[in-house]
Amino acid sequence: MARGIKDKVAILGMGCSKFGERWESGAEELIVEAFSEAIGDAGIDVSEIDAAWFSTHYEEINVGKGGLPLSITLRLPNIAVTRVENFCASGSEAFRGAVYAVASGACDIALAVGVEKLKDTGYGGLPGGLGGTLTPQWSANGSAPGNFAQLASAYRAKHRVNRDDLKRAIAHVSVKSHANGAKNPKAHLRKAITEADALNAPMIAEPLGLFDCCGVSDGAAAAIVTTPEIARRLGKHNIVSVKALQLSLSNGSESGHNGWDGSYFHTARIAAAKAYKEAGIDRPRDQVSMFECHDCFSITELVTMEDLQLSPEGGAIKDVMDGFYDADGQIPCQIDGGLKCFGHPIGASGIRMLYEMYLQLQGRAGNRQLASPSIGMTHNLGGSPMSNVAAVCIVGALD
Amino acid sequence: MVGITGYGVYLPRLRLARAAIVDAHVWADPGLRSKAKGERTMCNWDEDSVTMGVEAARRLPHFDVPIGEQPSRALYFASTTAPFADRQNAAIVSTALSFPEDLATVDIGASQRAGTSALIQALAAVRGGTFEDAIVIASDKRRTRAASAGELAFGDGAAALRVGCDGVIATLRSVHTASVDFIDHFRGSAEEFDYGWEERWIRDEGLAKIVPPAVAKALAKAGTTAADVAHFIMPSTIARAVDGIAKTIGVPGKAVRDNLGEQCGETGVAHPLVMLAHALENHVRVGDIIVVVGFGQGCDVIVLEAMPALADHPKNGGVNAALANRQAETNYQKFLAFNDLIALEKGMRAERDDYKTALTVTYRRRDMLLGLVGGRCTKCGTLQFPRADVCVNPQCRATHTQEPHGFRDASAKVLTWSADYLTYTADPPSHYGMITFDEGGRFMTDFTDVNVGDVEVGMAVHLVFRIKSIDHQRGFVRYFWKAVPARIAHA
Repeated sequence: MARGIKDKVAILGMGCSKFGERWESGAEELIVEAFSEAIGDAGIDVSEIDAAWFSTHYEEINVGKGGLPLSITLRLPNIAVTRVENFCASGSEAFRGAVYAVASGACDIALAVGVEKLKDTGYGGLPGGLGGTLTPQWSANGSAPGNFAQLASAYRAKHRVNRDDLKRAIAHVSVKSHANGAKNPKAHLRKAITEADALNAPMIAEPLGLFDCCGVSDGAAAAIVTTPEIARRLGKHNIVSVKALQLSLSNGSESGHNGWDGSYFHTARIAAAKAYKEAGIDRPRDQVSMFECHDCFSITELVTMEDLQLSPEGGAIKDVMDGFYDADGQIPCQIDGGLKCFGHPIGASGIRMLYEMYLQLQGRAGNRQLASPSIGMTHNLGGSPMSNVAAVCIVGALD
Repeated sequence: MVGITGYGVYLPRLRLARAAIVDAHVWADPGLRSKAKGERTMCNWDEDSVTMGVEAARRLPHFDVPIGEQPSRALYFASTTAPFADRQNAAIVSTALSFPEDLATVDIGASQRAGTSALIQALAAVRGGTFEDAIVIASDKRRTRAASAGELAFGDGAAALRVGCDGVIATLRSVHTASVDFIDHFRGSAEEFDYGWEERWIRDEGLAKIVPPAVAKALAKAGTTAADVAHFIMPSTIARAVDGIAKTIGVPGKAVRDNLGEQCGETGVAHPLVMLAHALENHVRVGDIIVVVGFGQGCDVIVLEAMPALADHPKNGGVNAALANRQAETNYQKFLAFNDLIALEKGMRAERDDYKTALTVTYRRRDMLLGLVGGRCTKCGTLQFPRADVCVNPQCRATHTQEPHGFRDASAKVLTWSADYLTYTADPPSHYGMITFDEGGRFMTDFTDVNVGDVEVGMAVHLVFRIKSIDHQRGFVRYFWKAVPARIAHA
């Protein structure tokens, strides 16, 4: 068994742009905005960065292929820049590249930057289209909401939940995230909503209405990581370290083999179990202080509570309705507004989640600061329920 | 003895009320008011003459069981509305039906008698011994201008007949063809719509003068007389024209068979075959003489005699079942939209269908894409779609163990679904979801012929051959299989 990366890597600095419909900015401006905050926070010079990982998803819009857009935008000192892409989990991939580089000893200081400029498409929602030359010739021509909405049909069938009860629970998921997002000056959507707003919104993909879907946003986020020793040497206190970072990818069994029932994320369960083991967590419901879920859709968040062992199997609806995940609940979820309200610039989202956990752990989260969080977790998901990439990252105060 | 050994008919489920068409146009043409009776078959947006032809062939009894150890087989596809002008449509149909590649495939078109002409060619080829077995598919989805006579009179549909020497239900007595360049209507190669001449002229100078002598010659070749004809099968959209012809020839008035105008409309080249199937199913008794006429640049006449095997022919794939599988449609606007007869705002998301199709991939995976052929792992037995080099069963993962396995006719159920208003489809919301096959295998696919509220987890579905998407920019139609509720499918 590999020894893992627990406490081998410390976060030196982070930054995040304002998310939203950034009509005035291109991807380059968003990168600079996030990076400037991160390097200021780290207190280092750009020449001290040994290598960088850069995440973007859509190359048809945005900045195109390769690592050059980051290197050129930041005028990086001719260091290695690797572009990574793993659907909506791309941000976690960039972070993983930087963290592993430091953990291996290959780099002293590494940079992860994620960006997505989505609002250059000319329409709402994410660009569609299936990759490759074969898949579009046979696979259903679905949208993201249509793919994730299917969780609801299977979850209802499995747990014998009627449509209204599920609708109300996922409405509460969104009401909670809007309440949190309203307090976050960098969030895309900053209006609180009521349960009635969510229930009565226009239908997007049965049973998901408009308020069950996350924002489609422009934005960038950045992280600079190093070893705990270097962080201390640079005079850092209150250091946040990486406790675990795990990815699990579908291998086609959910979509091609009659084992999966359609109501949960097979990969999230595996990634979470591995991450808890790496971090030494054996009672997640009691030990995790707060988390950022990949709430691309309200139903995704609901079923993921169970996949991450925070709610018991079939128990997420009760926990949600009891306020367990609200800002004043036992495990606040999406305290920054989540994908739902902070927004979802795809390549940046995984790093944005870590940004909030980092701020909370350092006590710098302003009017949304939680009392005394010690363990923060991020869950970053790419793909669709039947075929996906699940990334789970756990961060906490360095022991 | 050569003859017809089986029939199968497909009519689209949607039935557009003629009153809905008339209501839209009567402001400009008050004369239409009298034509508001009945309904016509109407393709869903994802149906064309190829998809209907495949579905008609699937309704032929045992259509995929070849005759003999080394079958010698032909497939004729007749249509004036084939989606491809240069890519053989019959080959698309045969691949969709997973026929072996040792097969003669032929497209026949360019005249409204293409269906009967294809049947004559098939009968001749089997009688002559060139082939042991032939399948004739006639299918049409005729494009008409809004407010045209054809829009009201036509329907969409397909019929398939099997021709052979064993198990003949209607034996061939004779054929006769008259070839006359009589232009009741025409459509230039590059034109979208027909251009037609006056009905009275067509009736008096065309039908009345070309058909009777041809029928008389066919009957003489058969050694029978007009008075002995029990079933006179001839489509015409001109009221009572066929009754007049029957009278001229001396065929008893009661032998003139229903042209299904009230419930279906005239289905182009398919229609003589649709009417024949309807007669065989409902009216024909053993020993009856049947005359089938196809009119267009002359006429084809086929004289048949019903045989005892007719009694054993299954009833579930004929016209009655096709007519019974019906959904009323009263929204004429939907007909215009499905047939691309109005410039509709489709939104930017529709642009994603206009991608270039990698023909190399389409060819490599043709059994998968057109025939819905997946794999069966010979090591663990797991069925899977698509077929892959490595078995999908997490407990197996064997490499290079899969043999082809067809999923087309397998029973399946809905595992997950949604009705999506965001994704572009010509018929929103887009229904799709994961279906699982009872014997193993699953994939996510589009649903078609469903309405909001129809789909639920656990619902049994059948698979049907449909248009997946259309590359309008390059004029390429992509086909695949979609799920329909089993309760409305009768494949």
